[in-house]
Amino acid sequence: MNIYLDLFLTFSKVGVMTFGGGYAMLPILQREVVNKKHWASEEELMDYYAIGQCTPGVIAVNTATFIGRKERGNLGGILATLGVVFPSIIIILVIASLISNFSHLAWVQNAFAGIRVCVCILIINAVVSLWKKALVDVFTVLIFAAVFLASVFLNLSPIIYVVAAGALGILLQLKKIKAAGKKEGK
Amino acid sequence: MLYLRLFWEFFKTGLFSIGGGMATVPFLQEMAVRTGWFTSAELADMIAVAESTPGPLGVNMATYVGYTTGYSQLGIFGGLLGGVIATIGLIFPSIVVILIIASVLAKFRNNRFVDAAFYGLRPASLGLIAAAGLSIILICFFRVDDIYRLFSDLSFAWRLLVLAAVVLAGTRWIPKVKKLHPIFFILFSAAVGIIFRLGGA
Repeated sequence: MNIYLDLFLTFSKVGVMTFGGGYAMLPILQREVVNKKHWASEEELMDYYAIGQCTPGVIAVNTATFIGRKERGNLGGILATLGVVFPSIIIILVIASLISNFSHLAWVQNAFAGIRVCVCILIINAVVSLWKKALVDVFTVLIFAAVFLASVFLNLSPIIYVVAAGALGILLQLKKIKAAGKKEGK
Repeated sequence: MLYLRLFWEFFKTGLFSIGGGMATVPFLQEMAVRTGWFTSAELADMIAVAESTPGPLGVNMATYVGYTTGYSQLGIFGGLLGGVIATIGLIFPSIVVILIIASVLAKFRNNRFVDAAFYGLRPASLGLIAAAGLSIILICFFRVDDIYRLFSDLSFAWRLLVLAAVVLAGTRWIPKVKKLHPIFFILFSAAVGIIFRLGGA
């Protein structure tokens, strides 16, 4: 099979089999990409995953771009990425067009009132699980509290907080960076 | 032009949301308030659909929001095109950033400035997600869309809170049950909603 087509189809398969994004995708990537296709080693996959988590955008998309690029350059990266999102686009477009036809029905409205409650809990759970990784000391707790309160009470774009927090992170760690730099210099 | 704006809005979301699916929610929340393309209550429904269908959460959200926006202004064809354009907008910055990083991978991985930036970015991203979660909680339980109105107009929904307590216990504490996929809890909540007429409809 043409390698470009293979990249697209394999990542489409990964896209279909991933429910709930990010972390759910890892075991499926291990099976398809590492064990079956040998496009990356286990370690490489972990590296891509770690970088995918700390670069902008959707983790699944970032990982697909990495592996596709490694296999067949920039075009490979783009095709693998389009593969991951292709099934999502089709499935969601079908569901969204159905829901917009049924949303006036009483039982659909009642169902979504129940579902919204569940979504609240899912968001709370996501916050709790990210908590341990993000809040490692007093400064990170303060950044969290400041951004939380500011975005509850002020009406500013989230972009402002992201840019400011990134800059603040570098500023706070500047001493460490300099110290480590000196050590390496010697 | 609507499609250009859709692309631009999702391009910004893709560029600045860091740390996976839920990180797009605060951006979409702000987009809802600013553009009026969809309401915060609709956003909660979209999260539910995105969680219960295959594929990355952020991508599902973009497709859904793009569809809803296009549909409300230009009908079904507008919806389909809107879904595709919003999704491409979301993944475009990712692809460009990753293709660049991939060529300097080793340096990026060990760069102390990158590490330090993420030391600040992770708690900020978490703060944004928590705030978006709070506003969805306000809409869901108290039917108010900002915190200032909560104190003046407190209509309480105890049946919703009972359901919330059950789902919270199920997802966090009950052994075996808590390992179930979120779609199970979403379907359970939908059933409870229909049986007890939680929407009041």
